[in-house]
Amino acid sequence: MSAAVKEIEEIVREHPFFEGLLEPFGKLISGCAKNAHFQPGEYLFHEGDSADQFYLIRQGCVALEIKAPGRGAITFQTVREDEVVGVEWLIPPYRWSYDARAVEFTRAIAMDGACLRGKCEADHDLGYEVMKRFMPVLIQRLQAAQMQILDVYGE
Amino acid sequence: MWTLEIEPSGPAPVAAAPGQFNMLTAFGVGEAAISLSGDPAEPGRLVHTIRAVGPVSRALAQLRPGAALGLRGPFGAGWPMAEAAGRDVVIMAGGLGLAPLRTAIHRLLTERARYGQVLVLYGARSPADILFRRELETWRRRLDVEIEVTVDHAAVSDWRGHVGVVTTLLGRASFDPANTVALVCGPEIMMRFSAAALADAGVRAEATYLSMERNMKCAIGLCGHCQFGPVFICRDGPVFRYDRIAALLRHKEL
Ligand SMILES: Cc1cc2nc3c(=O)[nH]c(=O)nc-3n(C[C@H](O)[C@H](O)[C@H](O)COP(=O)(O)OP(=O)(O)OC[C@H]3O[C@@H](n4cnc5c(N)ncnc54)[C@H](O)[C@@H]3O)c2cc1C
Ligand code: FES
Repeated sequence: MSAAVKEIEEIVREHPFFEGLLEPFGKLISGCAKNAHFQPGEYLFHEGDSADQFYLIRQGCVALEIKAPGRGAITFQTVREDEVVGVEWLIPPYRWSYDARAVEFTRAIAMDGACLRGKCEADHDLGYEVMKRFMPVLIQRLQAAQMQILDVYGE
Repeated sequence: MWTLEIEPSGPAPVAAAPGQFNMLTAFGVGEAAISLSGDPAEPGRLVHTIRAVGPVSRALAQLRPGAALGLRGPFGAGWPMAEAAGRDVVIMAGGLGLAPLRTAIHRLLTERARYGQVLVLYGARSPADILFRRELETWRRRLDVEIEVTVDHAAVSDWRGHVGVVTTLLGRASFDPANTVALVCGPEIMMRFSAAALADAGVRAEATYLSMERNMKCAIGLCGHCQFGPVFICRDGPVFRYDRIAALLRHKEL
């Protein structure tokens, strides 16, 4: 195994999002991973683009934004180190519904969604493991959206 | 949102404990319970922060410098400062809820050596709605207190901090949950979610305190106006231990 492959597998398994991942799953998942970094202001992706990846954030901060008519871009969530950006790669039609912009210099592991979907399809144990880790991210986003809609703090 | 500083015209005011409230009267309009939000080390300066939402609060917020108003108090059971001694203190504030917690923060910082880690997690609607922003920035520069602010949403141009609900800040904070006292104040729904997140993080319900709001009239436990299940907010609270009111909070109609 080359040093680079070994390193990325370690990074993936040590990222809190994949905490406690069994070694064979770590190998399979890491096969879809590569290093990525973004300068402040650089976009990871744009609304409407096809969602072919997700990102394990290792350092920095990413703002998730929606453009609202007359209001410019509104940030509705920031994602920081040890967290993950992107669940759309899991769910058809695999399309981003918001923009993601690096607020600071950001280092991440970019995961190829199509690659990982294929492996999950072929090995449902892996698929269940991945689902269990993404489901809380989805639920937390849903709960946060409920609170934001309620506008609990008022004017 | 308005912050009033009130100079007593009668006898010197009774020193209030962090978390207590006064009944303020806008003459000819009515009376409302308003928390003290100043520094308890300066009992001569009565500071109140008011959101103008109805007749009384609007009349209070519109008072000009030099105008007179009525005041009685302080009332109620405040934050458990004695119990917090020697422990980590996690403060979770939402919106105007920062006002009653500000007195506790001042007390913690004045007596800093008495406590373990001190964390202040504050959620506001948007960057423009952040209360006491300059003071938060001053506190942030201190090395002995962690201040984290998040907003529900922000225009891209005016904010570089956290965006998301206040409970997300808890996951990133470092403290010893088994040896922590948590003080929570904000809209009731925010307090419910915060108390649940604190419990998930390992903070005991017996060590989590919430400040409740109900409309008040007498403020001395006589009229029953502020009844919340079996308790009166004015007499038994407004600060309650979470385990004592958790079941009540789940009832929508109370
Ligand atoms: C212990 C305690 C401490 C309090 N501390 C403060 C404080 O520090 N600062 C402060 O501004 N208020 C505080 N309040 C709330 C305050 O007592 C009044 O309820 C509030 O100012 C509204 O009174 P009002 O007569 O102006 O309006 P009301 O006629 O009672 O209400 C007008 C409208 O506003 C809504 N409303 C009432 N209260 C609120 C609220 N808190 N937020 C949003 N909408 C509301 C009502 O549902 C109604 O639709 C406290 C209450 C309690 C019980
Ligand atoms: S306000 Fe009268 S009993 Fe509490």
